Amino acid sequence: MAGRGATPPIVVIAGELVMAERASRPAGHSTRPRLRAASLVLPLAAFIGVTFAAPLATMLARSVYDGVVADALPETLALLADWDGRGDPGEAVYAAAAAELIAASDDGTLGRVATRINRVRPGMRSVVVRTPRRLRDAPDGPRRDALLEIDAGWGESESWRAIRAAGERWTARHYLHAVDLDRDASGAVVRQPPEERIYVRLFARTFAVAGAVTALCLLLGYPIAYLMAHAPPARARWLLALVLVPFWTSLLVRTTSWIVLLQTQGVVNDLLVAAGLVADEARLALVHNMTGTLVAMTHVLLPFMVLPLYSVMRGVPARQMAAAASLGAGFVHAFRRVYWPQTVPGVGAGSLLVFILAIGYYITPALVGGQSGQLISNLIAYHMQTSLNWGLAGALGGILLASVAVLYLAYDRVVGVERMKLG
Amino acid sequence: MTRIGRIVFLAACALVFAFLLAPLLVIVPLSFNAEPYFTFTEGMLRLDADAFSLRWYRQVASDPVWRRALGNSLAIGAAATALATALGTLAAMGLAHPAMPARRAAMGLLISPMVTPLIISAAGMFFFYSSLGLAQTHLGLVLAHAALGAPFVVITVTATLTAFDRNLSRAAAGLGAGPWRTFRRVELPLIAPGVVSGALFAFAVSFDEVVVVLFMAGEAQRTVPREMWAGVREEISPAILAVATFLIAFAVLLLWTVEWLRRRAGGPVS
Repeated sequence: MAGRGATPPIVVIAGELVMAERASRPAGHSTRPRLRAASLVLPLAAFIGVTFAAPLATMLARSVYDGVVADALPETLALLADWDGRGDPGEAVYAAAAAELIAASDDGTLGRVATRINRVRPGMRSVVVRTPRRLRDAPDGPRRDALLEIDAGWGESESWRAIRAAGERWTARHYLHAVDLDRDASGAVVRQPPEERIYVRLFARTFAVAGAVTALCLLLGYPIAYLMAHAPPARARWLLALVLVPFWTSLLVRTTSWIVLLQTQGVVNDLLVAAGLVADEARLALVHNMTGTLVAMTHVLLPFMVLPLYSVMRGVPARQMAAAASLGAGFVHAFRRVYWPQTVPGVGAGSLLVFILAIGYYITPALVGGQSGQLISNLIAYHMQTSLNWGLAGALGGILLASVAVLYLAYDRVVGVERMKLG
Repeated sequence: MTRIGRIVFLAACALVFAFLLAPLLVIVPLSFNAEPYFTFTEGMLRLDADAFSLRWYRQVASDPVWRRALGNSLAIGAAATALATALGTLAAMGLAHPAMPARRAAMGLLISPMVTPLIISAAGMFFFYSSLGLAQTHLGLVLAHAALGAPFVVITVTATLTAFDRNLSRAAAGLGAGPWRTFRRVELPLIAPGVVSGALFAFAVSFDEVVVVLFMAGEAQRTVPREMWAGVREEISPAILAVATFLIAFAVLLLWTVEWLRRRAGGPVS
């Protein structure tokens, strides 16, 4: 239905609709009508503010703010602030850390503290979790000795740098990680080691897939939009219904259909084998990989390309092509010089729309993408649900959201959000 | 275009339509498969009556999990639609008013749930609603789905209002009707088709939504798409195809209703 398991169905009537109030003159500048109009909008604005915008804001806040370690180890961090980051931080730091780790263990925050330190320096989790329990049994004396006795890792300056980094309340760390960067011992920004550079490539893949899907939709959608726009009205209505049925069909149904069609023992492979094009033992892997993602996403998003193209093409008189032909232009020449330029607004609207929807896709890649067909949304879900690295999920989401916002503004400029039409 | 060019063009169009419809058309007969396979058996190709059966439909209809899912989908969808339609219609009236200040910014805010990638909305809502104790409740899902559906109501009603003659409201006011009476007796009846199709969109959004449900629903709130997701991910069974066929029929019904409303409204055919 309405295609939104992940997709808003929006169709643009470019140039057809003119807002009524643009035609009439603005009704003066008195305050009362302005207040009345605003008071009608206010309930929904407040509702969306609370149920949608606030959740989004808290999610983005997580990508730059994290007070867990700062709240649990305030004294340790204050002392570490004066440390140069090299060598032994000194007994005062050890004593403060020992006391505060025990306190964190008592009030139940130790696990969360350990997870955050572990994210900066993998392996620290078990050290941090184990330490308070063992400290209680440790003999009196310098806490440095006691901590080193528990784990030699406490003697390494990297461990203390990790605590100091994890203790920053406001941090750009997650955004750095989201673009495969990190800070080294001296605080300079450096690239991650090659085997850990995954996000930039994934963003690139997401944009490449979105671009490919947009191109495929344009390639497939342009001819049928043309056919529909210049068919007799009754036939055009039927053809339009054929485009709208998939558009209104549940996203999950369409994705499931493609799995059924494309799997190794599925209908497409059966047909290919029956036709003798593919050997029975060499059936093609069409799903749970990038092919599956591209095919299913193109199918899901094609109506979003066809409908804006169709509404623009309906405004282009078919007679112009005949006129061009009678003046001696070949079809290709006439199309390129006469028809195509007039459909560019529709091409722009449809392409932007498909691209915006494609870069945020989650469900389809998750179900038909396998390993190679995963996009950035799938990784956000992974960090939300599996690795529980919410700061990083927030940062990846923030970057994705910023890209969508830029495209949305472009869309608003090219098409005008007010002229969006559903159907 | 030359004759051959025209034939090639029509063939290409036929292929694209086949691509659009084939997945749906294949699923429908397969849902009547008597065997637990996802491909046509020889019996089905011979149109052997024994090769077809309603077993998957019976299985779905008698399964308490699917029945609960359908109940959840309908209840959450209906409540979210009511909320989104009421708030969205009001907002569209305000937005279409010539005196509306900061229209662009307001429109941006109201549309934002529609353009934000669902995974980001879902993740944010999960944290926020959890902290309010609304995660894993029906109310939480209703609020979330209402927010996602409201932009669709705003857009359809705004589109209807472009054809609305504001003089009618002025005339009603001039004849002594208050704002509420003007709305109920003059404005609402005229924009009703837009409101109803907006409501259908909002319902469809909720009925099809799975990402927010994945994050926020507990066992007791699982909806039809959520169960389909589980079915596709875990143990894909032909019962899924029976549900899918049901949803396709539902989609055709919704489409037909929206188109019927559009024609009644006399708006632009699109």
